[in-house]
Amino acid sequence: MSNLSDKTLTELVGLIKSKQIKSEELTDEFITNSQKGKKLNAYITDSFDTAKDKAKQFDVKPNFDCLLPGVPLAVKDLFCTNGVKTTAGSKMLENFIPNYESTVTTNLWNEGAFLLGKLNCDEYAMGSSNETSFYGNVINPLEDKVVPGGSSGGSAAAVCANLTPATIGTDTGGSIRQPASFTGTVGLKPTYGLCSRWGIVAFASSLDQAGPMTKTVSDCALMLEAMCGFDPKDSTSIDKKKENYSKNLNKNIKGLKIGIPKEYRVDGMPNEIETLWEEGKKILKNEGAEIIDISLPHTEYALPTYYIVAPAEASSNLARYDGVRYGFRSNKGNNLIEMYENTRSEGFGDEVKRRILIGTYVLSSGYYDAYYLKAQKVRQLIKKDFDDSFKKVDAILTPSAPSSAFKIGEKKDDPISMYLNDVFTVPVNLAGLPAMSIPAGLDKNKLPLGLQLIGKPLAEQTLLNIAFSMEEKINFKLNINKWWEK
Amino acid sequence: MSIDKDKIKHTSKLARISLDEGKVDSLSKDLSNIFNFIEKLNKINTDKVEPLTSILNQTLRSRKDDITDGAIRDKVLGNAPKKNEEFFIVPKVIE
Repeated sequence: MSNLSDKTLTELVGLIKSKQIKSEELTDEFITNSQKGKKLNAYITDSFDTAKDKAKQFDVKPNFDCLLPGVPLAVKDLFCTNGVKTTAGSKMLENFIPNYESTVTTNLWNEGAFLLGKLNCDEYAMGSSNETSFYGNVINPLEDKVVPGGSSGGSAAAVCANLTPATIGTDTGGSIRQPASFTGTVGLKPTYGLCSRWGIVAFASSLDQAGPMTKTVSDCALMLEAMCGFDPKDSTSIDKKKENYSKNLNKNIKGLKIGIPKEYRVDGMPNEIETLWEEGKKILKNEGAEIIDISLPHTEYALPTYYIVAPAEASSNLARYDGVRYGFRSNKGNNLIEMYENTRSEGFGDEVKRRILIGTYVLSSGYYDAYYLKAQKVRQLIKKDFDDSFKKVDAILTPSAPSSAFKIGEKKDDPISMYLNDVFTVPVNLAGLPAMSIPAGLDKNKLPLGLQLIGKPLAEQTLLNIAFSMEEKINFKLNINKWWEK
Repeated sequence: MSIDKDKIKHTSKLARISLDEGKVDSLSKDLSNIFNFIEKLNKINTDKVEPLTSILNQTLRSRKDDITDGAIRDKVLGNAPKKNEEFFIVPKVIE
């Protein structure tokens, strides 16, 4: 069968289960695409040889009684993979080979999938453009001088360019949803606690969540179902029964109330975003949902709050990189302290240093109350905004990002303008809510724009159903000319 | 608020990151801009607001103090930049 990689994950699983294709055939095609896609710089490490072996093993003794039988998957290089280098996009972990496997990837492998490779990302997931990676920036498959978004930029590019049937990313302030929006793909950040954080390189532990990045909403439901679940090894994992997101996926959204927050407009936002947002509302109305205007009054404080909370947690999490137990060690310095200081100076990139310093500063003696405690209080108000709104509505519809993908280098030297990219995604992480981005249309430069759906805690099924019904009506098609293969 | 060079140097000591003068300069500019942006929060009165310390409506679980692994010394040492058979090696601490 030809052009397998154009198909959705759901279709591929169907073809494997009905024995119309073999895992090896499928795997070969994605390996070939990935090899031809080198210009995109989506991979940091490939596992093509072991993937081929796994595919052969599957074909010899197939087990179809699982969600992802014989499916090769590349994943963000923030998930620890047993025996396979895990860099987090940093020089600090250039030679780090974990001898354990993250829980979410273990869950995927238990459902029949196997590793195709590790995908590029911003260093320690700190970035919105994939330009902070030590391994070079990823290029957006839709246009060569444009970023794929970040931090899960390699993941978004790989799905968009058919280098992997689907993937997983992590989202601390928008790192799944913003790159999904920039590449015309689907990305979901689950409720905090739905997917285990065990074995994921930590950035900001009260915000980090892993989630699926896919071509379609059905694929997203399938991947979420495969990766989620209670894990005793993560103390913040929610102990609840796994839901059958893919089986329960339906387009009936009659009577659902959808909130439109008036605060999700920013200066300089392109008209197309407003237009697509209006069209999204119209679609929902036609499907029988009720549109209700709401207010999330503390929205403007979400980014400043995030830029205290996330760096504070990062400065604490990244204290472990001391050049002693694993990772890079500088050979400069005359004593232990100098070894630490030189290791961290040489091993971390500029954005990571910036955030460690912000975090260390806001936690330092004399400043803790003014910054960190203040931010925790405002975080409470931001969460309360959502709690109040969810008494009136079932879900909230907003744009995913305030712009389409921007040019490589355009925002690199201006941290604040880079941070503003996450203005619509960050509030959700602060409140621990599930949210997803679906492609909604194109801007005047033919670059994709996404719409974001935000749900109540653990209402992933509702979000997926709303997205499923919108997807059919929007009927978004990516126009990819594979310029990178020429 | 301005984060002057002395504050950057002090904070980088706390964070155990060595910085050259050029970096101190650029970080002082970056962080001053970022803190001006962050200080928008002072516009809100939060006197009567409880800080949010956990987003989950559950208390942290405790578990039985069972031994679930062990005897993995070689694995633990496996990624060390410098080691001998049993220990991580660091620059001399005690003269």
